[in-house]
Amino acid sequence: MDPRHLVVVGGGMVAQRLVEALRDRDTDGTWRVTVLAEEPRRPYDRVALTSFFAGRSPEDLALGDPALWDDPLVTLVRGDKAVAVDRAARVVRAESGRTFAYDHLVLATGSYAWVPPMEGADLDGVFVYRTLDDVAALRGYVTTLAEERTVRGVVLGGGLLGLEAAGALDALGARPTVLQVDTHLMSAQVDLGGGEALRRLVNRLGIGVRTQSMTTRVLPHRRGGVGRVELADGTKLDADVVVVAAGVRPRDELGRESGLAVGPRGGVVVDDTCLTDDPHVSAVGEVACIQGACLGLVAPGYTMAEVTVDRLLGGAAVFGGADTATKLKLAGVDVASFGDAFARTPGALEVVWADPVGGVYKKLVMSDDARTLLGGVLVGDASAYASLRPMVGRELPGDPAAFLLPEGGAGAPDLELPDDASVCSCNNVSAGAIRHAVAEDGCHDLGAVKSCTRAGTSCGSCLPLVKKLMATELGKLGVTVSSALCEHFTLSRAQLYDAVRVAGLRTFTEVVERFGTHGRGCDICRPAVASILATTAPAHVLDGERATLQDTNDHVMANLQKDGSYSVVPRMAGGEVTPEGLIAVGEVARDFGLYTKITGGQRVDMFGARIDQLPLIWRRLVDAGFESGHAYGKSLRTVKSCVGSTWCRFGVQDSVALAVMLELRYRGLRSPHKIKLGVSGCARECAEARGKDVGIIATDKGWNVYVGGNGGFTPRHAKLLAEDLDTETLVRTIDRFLLYYVRTADRLQRTAPWIEDVEGGLEGVRAVVMDDSLGICEDLDEQMARHVADYEDEWRATLDDPEKLKRFASFVNAPDVPDPSLAYVPERGQVRPATADERAVLVAGTTLEVRS
Amino acid sequence: MTTLDERATTWLTVCRLEDLPRERGVAALVPDEVDAAPVLTQVALFRLLDDTVLAVQHHDPFSDAHVLARGIVGTRRVDDQDVPTVASPMHKQVFDLRTGTCLDPAGKQPVAGRSPDLRTWPVQVVDGDVRLAVAGGAA
Ligand SMILES: Cc1cc2nc3c(=O)[nH]c(=O)nc-3n(C[C@H](O)[C@H](O)[C@H](O)COP(=O)(O)OP(=O)(O)OC[C@H]3O[C@@H](n4cnc5c(N)ncnc54)[C@H](O)[C@@H]3O)c2cc1C
Ligand code: SF4
Ligand code: FES
Repeated sequence: MDPRHLVVVGGGMVAQRLVEALRDRDTDGTWRVTVLAEEPRRPYDRVALTSFFAGRSPEDLALGDPALWDDPLVTLVRGDKAVAVDRAARVVRAESGRTFAYDHLVLATGSYAWVPPMEGADLDGVFVYRTLDDVAALRGYVTTLAEERTVRGVVLGGGLLGLEAAGALDALGARPTVLQVDTHLMSAQVDLGGGEALRRLVNRLGIGVRTQSMTTRVLPHRRGGVGRVELADGTKLDADVVVVAAGVRPRDELGRESGLAVGPRGGVVVDDTCLTDDPHVSAVGEVACIQGACLGLVAPGYTMAEVTVDRLLGGAAVFGGADTATKLKLAGVDVASFGDAFARTPGALEVVWADPVGGVYKKLVMSDDARTLLGGVLVGDASAYASLRPMVGRELPGDPAAFLLPEGGAGAPDLELPDDASVCSCNNVSAGAIRHAVAEDGCHDLGAVKSCTRAGTSCGSCLPLVKKLMATELGKLGVTVSSALCEHFTLSRAQLYDAVRVAGLRTFTEVVERFGTHGRGCDICRPAVASILATTAPAHVLDGERATLQDTNDHVMANLQKDGSYSVVPRMAGGEVTPEGLIAVGEVARDFGLYTKITGGQRVDMFGARIDQLPLIWRRLVDAGFESGHAYGKSLRTVKSCVGSTWCRFGVQDSVALAVMLELRYRGLRSPHKIKLGVSGCARECAEARGKDVGIIATDKGWNVYVGGNGGFTPRHAKLLAEDLDTETLVRTIDRFLLYYVRTADRLQRTAPWIEDVEGGLEGVRAVVMDDSLGICEDLDEQMARHVADYEDEWRATLDDPEKLKRFASFVNAPDVPDPSLAYVPERGQVRPATADERAVLVAGTTLEVRS
Repeated sequence: MTTLDERATTWLTVCRLEDLPRERGVAALVPDEVDAAPVLTQVALFRLLDDTVLAVQHHDPFSDAHVLARGIVGTRRVDDQDVPTVASPMHKQVFDLRTGTCLDPAGKQPVAGRSPDLRTWPVQVVDGDVRLAVAGGAA
């Protein structure tokens, strides 16, 4: 039998989920599906739209597995809009004139941004905030305008969306003011008290707020575009760009015109199975008016998609009701509301805790016996949101007030969530499903749990809870996920860093006695402590007890190779080297018989040096003006650069000069893992800077800085941290970024996973390093200044100290005898280590004189 | 484990105690016998915090390179006791310095024909001289 034909109108988030669920479950291929999408691209993550301003590209917003769209049973028609539905003939007609006959039709047309009636709404510079094209246009407009003047932005609407948009304007450098018609911000979710606390937090970010302000007119600027807005009370405000976020309305025109029932406030009316009054037509997502209302959140839309698929396949699923819990996604402002946030349940009690100075307001709504949680509002500190939301409708253990106190206060009892409690409302994943994934399906890290259950893959607000559940479950399985460094320290690296820094400790013995559990450390904690002390109490790697902490690479300041010999890399800052320098390096390599190779970081690496040869090699290199290139350290490795504007026809900035300066600034900086930088002189990016932990790309106005890139096993592209910085700001930003990483990353964690883990993700990092949201920047700046001032070349310092040089003897009783097991054979004009078989022949019968 | 033929045992002085940095290793070359033929064997000497000196083979059975003296010295809890250890600088296998036993093969196999456990040598410290019980050779 030929598969029946499902036509979906609208290629948004809910349509994507519907197709995904259908292809997942319809294993017999009883349906083929055609998606008619007005937008010219595949469905994308609208919820994460604002992250587009954080340098994300449209591809980063992709939803699900792109292979879905290659499925032979799936057709995606992009950039064509459905304009009419003939229900009698069961045909949809598109704008292009094409027609699509259906066996079943699903309307998934979402909403449009509503623009309140006002004069001037059609002026250039007035934007809505709904699609990728909207935000791309907004970004372009603001950046162009910013070249000539300080841009002032006005956002109409103080709800979730308006605040997100204001955050985006702020990120673009436009000074935003939010105009809210109601008495307070986010009036649909939080009460007046919460709204007041929220206003203070938002103000602190540099975003202005005016409540009870209705905009009546948008007035043009004399140079074109918008110039001002006028409020109902006659006030006029300067505005170079206006973002309208005044609410959304369902795109129910196809339903209306084809005679389907429409709700009193719009939306195609559906029953609990998502069917309209035509049994061949369903509606899902924001366009559906279900149980009397249209729901402007993605989670209920996903549920409707699942219900519809189940019904198409003959199941009996029904829509059970919507969770309208919400959390604001604005960096630096923590707001969440859930359940009966306005205490509308008869007899409901409110428990409120407020710290007006700190901008914190928290409220729990409890049943009349103060035992069952009905809902709540959290402003300023929503850390409890993930664990409280699933408890709605359940009894809270202990005193509800305990859940509202600041973290580290009285300590809320640990919530053991029932299996059926919903943890991820976006994707409708229960606590039980997560436990099952961990215990039965072998998902032992967050990535696995996310891809297996979908929990945490949309808005991300449930991630802390998902993490916690996973850890508890792993604990039960006997798998330890404790953040303890090793058996000798229960603290994580970040905690130990702070502890050591604050306590001002200088030696391993002090550290292990003060913060260790027992014993004398191991190959995990010793190098970690070495790395911590290197930035909290700098000293030479071989000074006193420090020497006992170093991995062999740091101990001998060279890179251990497979046969026990080492490789040596002199610094060539920015990849720049003089002809004399190259000759000197060549002579050293020739004289010591070293194999030479050019590295990916633009250096010359010389292999096959014995431990006892290292000081001799350094002597020669240091005399020729070189120093240690720190190729061996968990530290700054290289700053790679393209040739830049001094030579390149395209270059707009001197990338080499910047790279040299940065390398000399950060050389020797010990860190949780190696750090690499790259600088490109223009957008052509010849230095591949976005594959580096910190990548800098010249623009004609300054420098763009990207963070969190790496090559290797899991390659990552760096993400934009800030744009068009002048050199001074750039350096300060990198200083802070690096030290914030040094202080808070886990051991052996590169910057990319660190950014994912650290509080607030990339936004959080930006808030810390650009806006000093933690108030630590002065400290970081001072720490970097000390690093720069204290730097010394480790090789030279070793050469100057006979005690240190003793460590480079091959044998304590035969210091000049080379390791007799090393053997090399020629290959392509150089040497390579002999294989085991070759060696058996080469080194047989060694006889040596031994001191006794 | 070491088996020593008493008659062939010689106490060889390899260095002074102060030549050994605490909680790090150094390598030494000592006379040895393999199949009754005299050879030189590379030994790794470790001086602990309490000045105990321990000796194991310098050869790492997992990487087939002579590197163990360059590993990080530490301790590991085994049956409620802190056992002195060294971790191979190559691939992080952990060995008990007193017995040579491999405590953690780090998911790897030793190279063909090698035991994962290390050979050990008895050590004495007499008047600041560090002496190793070696077989044959220097006698
Ligand atoms: C900036 C922003 C932040 C948000 N944050 C959150 C959040 O944190 N949490 C949350 O739950 N929700 C959030 N939302 C809301 C969420 O994005 C929507 O609930 C969700 O996208 C609804 O999915 P949908 O498929 O119903 O509609 P949409 O995703 O809007 O998709 C509808 C698609 O149909 C197309 N279409 C319409 N008419 C036609 C036609 N006639 N022919 C062809 N195609 C048509 C539209 O162009 C659109 O692409 C946010 C929305 C925005 C804009
Ligand atoms: S990135 Fe630009 S400036 Fe640098 S080499 Fe390439 S084209 Fe030239
Ligand atoms: S609640 Fe949004 S991703 Fe889980």
